[in-house]
Amino acid sequence: MSAPRIERREFLKFSLAAGGGLLIGFSLPGADMFATAQAQSTTVFMPNAFLRIGTDDRVTVIVNHSEMGQGVYTALPMLLAEELDADWNKIGFESAPVDPKYNHPVFGMQITGGSSSVWSAFEQYRKAGAAARGMLIAAAAQQWNVNPATLRTDSGAVFDGTNRKLTYGQLAEAAAKLTPPAEVTLKDPKTFKLIGKPVKRLDTSEKINGKAVFGLDVKMPGMLTAVVARPPIFGATMKSFDDSRARTMPGVRKIAAVPSGVAVIADSFWQAKMAREALHVDWDDSAMRTFSTNQMMQQFREQAKSPGTNVRREGDPDAAFAQAAKKIEAVYEVPYLPHAMMEPLNCAVDLRADTCEIWTGTQFQTVDRANAAKIAGLPPERVQIHTTYLGGGFGRRANPQSDFVVEAVHVAKVAGAPVKVVWTREDDMQGGWYRPAFLHAIAGSIDSNGNPVSWRSRLVGQSIFAGTMFEAMMKGKEYDPASVEGVDDLPYAIPNLAVESHKADVKVPVQWWRSVGHSHTGFATECFIDELAVLAQKDPYQFRRALLPKHPRHLAVLDLAAQKAGWGKPLPKGRARGIAVHFAFESYNAQVAEVSVDDGKIRVHRIVSAVDCGRYVNPGIIAAQLEGGAIFGASAALFQEFTFENGRLQQTNFHTFPMMRMNECPEIETHIVENNEKSGGIGEPGVPCTAPAIANAVFAATGKRIRKLPIRMTEAV
Amino acid sequence: MLSFIVNKQRVNLDVDPSTPLLWVLRENLGLTGTKYGCGMAQCGACTVHLNGEAVRSCVAPVSRAAGKEVTTIEGLSPDLSHPLQRAWIAEDVPQCGYCQSGQLMSAAVLLREKPQPTDENIDEAMTGNICRCGTYPRIRKAIHRAAGMMTKGEAR
Repeated sequence: MSAPRIERREFLKFSLAAGGGLLIGFSLPGADMFATAQAQSTTVFMPNAFLRIGTDDRVTVIVNHSEMGQGVYTALPMLLAEELDADWNKIGFESAPVDPKYNHPVFGMQITGGSSSVWSAFEQYRKAGAAARGMLIAAAAQQWNVNPATLRTDSGAVFDGTNRKLTYGQLAEAAAKLTPPAEVTLKDPKTFKLIGKPVKRLDTSEKINGKAVFGLDVKMPGMLTAVVARPPIFGATMKSFDDSRARTMPGVRKIAAVPSGVAVIADSFWQAKMAREALHVDWDDSAMRTFSTNQMMQQFREQAKSPGTNVRREGDPDAAFAQAAKKIEAVYEVPYLPHAMMEPLNCAVDLRADTCEIWTGTQFQTVDRANAAKIAGLPPERVQIHTTYLGGGFGRRANPQSDFVVEAVHVAKVAGAPVKVVWTREDDMQGGWYRPAFLHAIAGSIDSNGNPVSWRSRLVGQSIFAGTMFEAMMKGKEYDPASVEGVDDLPYAIPNLAVESHKADVKVPVQWWRSVGHSHTGFATECFIDELAVLAQKDPYQFRRALLPKHPRHLAVLDLAAQKAGWGKPLPKGRARGIAVHFAFESYNAQVAEVSVDDGKIRVHRIVSAVDCGRYVNPGIIAAQLEGGAIFGASAALFQEFTFENGRLQQTNFHTFPMMRMNECPEIETHIVENNEKSGGIGEPGVPCTAPAIANAVFAATGKRIRKLPIRMTEAV
Repeated sequence: MLSFIVNKQRVNLDVDPSTPLLWVLRENLGLTGTKYGCGMAQCGACTVHLNGEAVRSCVAPVSRAAGKEVTTIEGLSPDLSHPLQRAWIAEDVPQCGYCQSGQLMSAAVLLREKPQPTDENIDEAMTGNICRCGTYPRIRKAIHRAAGMMTKGEAR
């Protein structure tokens, strides 16, 4: 662990090229792959920020998105290797340092989020590979004194008409002397050899032998470990603390106030944790001492009785509702939810007089660097962030305030030595930044033929953008687009339609959570359309079909999921199916869930998930994301909630915040719609349909409607 | 002074005997493949073998290991040759990868005890290991695949 696995000369060369001098004492993601080879490698060709080719033929792809399970350390190298005509067995990867040249081409900063890594890199990484290929061909043409147009490339080498061969490693030195081409021609997708194939992930080996370095595994010479005693209630402030016992405990180096609480700094984690238990902190918790989620939801219900800010309005839904033949009103509720990544938050900082080196698993390098620089009192260029593997992200590690990074820099300021701040599971769960609780009241009606005539959605919940640097995204809008996404573009043909939004003034810190607003709008809208179908005495699948004439891509996933699930075909006694379709992050997903309910206990037996994410890169990774998305969605549907009483969060660890486990996991089948549309996302689109598909299946099995998550049969209506 | 064997190497440590084995492995011995997930034996990320049995090292005081043999993910095989590791690669199991050390260590005990596990056996042995990314279907397939490899004599 403490021995550098990347040959230092190599690494320095690269890191200086990338703009920040640095020294590391351990290996970052990918470094282990070439543990032996790398030592002999001489990097000579770095045509652009995204790759290096060594004389040993190794191609290292520098990945500007964080690997948090979604497979970017495979998918992005595939894009580059495709156009480079590289030998896939010689491809490695490395996490990019923080530098504007690694900015997300659309979002303008280094970020991993919005299910956007693959589509945003689709041309960027292909062009980087194509440019390198052009230079390697030019180098070969010079060496052979032939017209470059007569040469071809394959599996990491350039060939001439007589099959003379020069490998990329052999050409690296010569190619490095050439100027990168101003323009490149990309391959015709018909000729792709890698893109579209279920290529095995490059990061599996180091994730199954213990060598992958996550933030929590970072170790530096002389490093101390800190835990922070944070307020027991949001908004509480520290009045005083008594560390008379704690500071005498073994291994304790320092106990000091930091803006987020009291930092306990020790030689090891366990010593720090033990000392924190011996610390007494007096908090002023008056701000939210009486807060309860029960009361909050009651208030949300009251708010939903009056019109909210207009988000979308067609026709006159209130008048149509009043006159309609049949109508229903339903109120859907979802709770606060933590991201609960398996790796709790952590951040290691080495703060010196003129530099600040940060090692952490982050989704938000640019913002973290800017926020850390302010605390360190350094210009951002003097702050470097080394992105380790992320033990899950789901949005939590892209915090607009960089909470876990900023706090660690504060701790480093008092530690006087390199320090790693470690969050316990309880710290992580109680630390805030949850998916906001939402209430979504829908009133809908149908005519005497069973066709929908009106729909009015009213949502009440906290804004995730308000008070952050992203508030600008709300410009000109009285509502938070992330609160209503997924219902503001309801695809169903309904002549009178309104979407209204109410703000909730609650001080619980909230943030994007895998699929963001879609995580609750998908549930409410797909359950309600099911309720309308039943009101119309129509099959829920056919009812949706009839309302999607202008949405062929919704239809395609809906049809595919229904067909593969055997919609309408008999099931074993006690089982029933439910269906849902939703568009999110530029992709379409439909799911059919098969459930049974026995003595109030729900068993999900099977989920069939169909996606249309346009042109795709790796179908194996897509299947994995759909499987994972369904399980993430099912956990939320069946088990999970965060509740507050007297200001205190009632859940602390996995015994009170359960996850779906192996014995509860359904069979999951995934299918991809083949087309050549623009690439969409895959990390998040597989989540929103799961809860409504399960809830609708529960109705089909029991005749009871589920309007609140997590599902409890005692609360079904 | 505590003495025990880790991955076939003897270690002698001067450490508070009440410290959880997990933190001794990670911080004193640098074996960071074993992960911290919950600290209360709820998630299985810290699973190691103690004299061949799967234990949650986050709640096992290091004193429990005295005189015994500990195997961590780093000791499962020297070269990814364990049938489970080969099956994990074949099924592309890991996503974020954080829980996988614990998953593999739990699965290794299962396969030793039940070389041809049924789905029920897998449920029983693996339900203590949480995966937030949702790799359960692939873990199940990979365990069956590894069992198949062992029957066919493909094991190392």
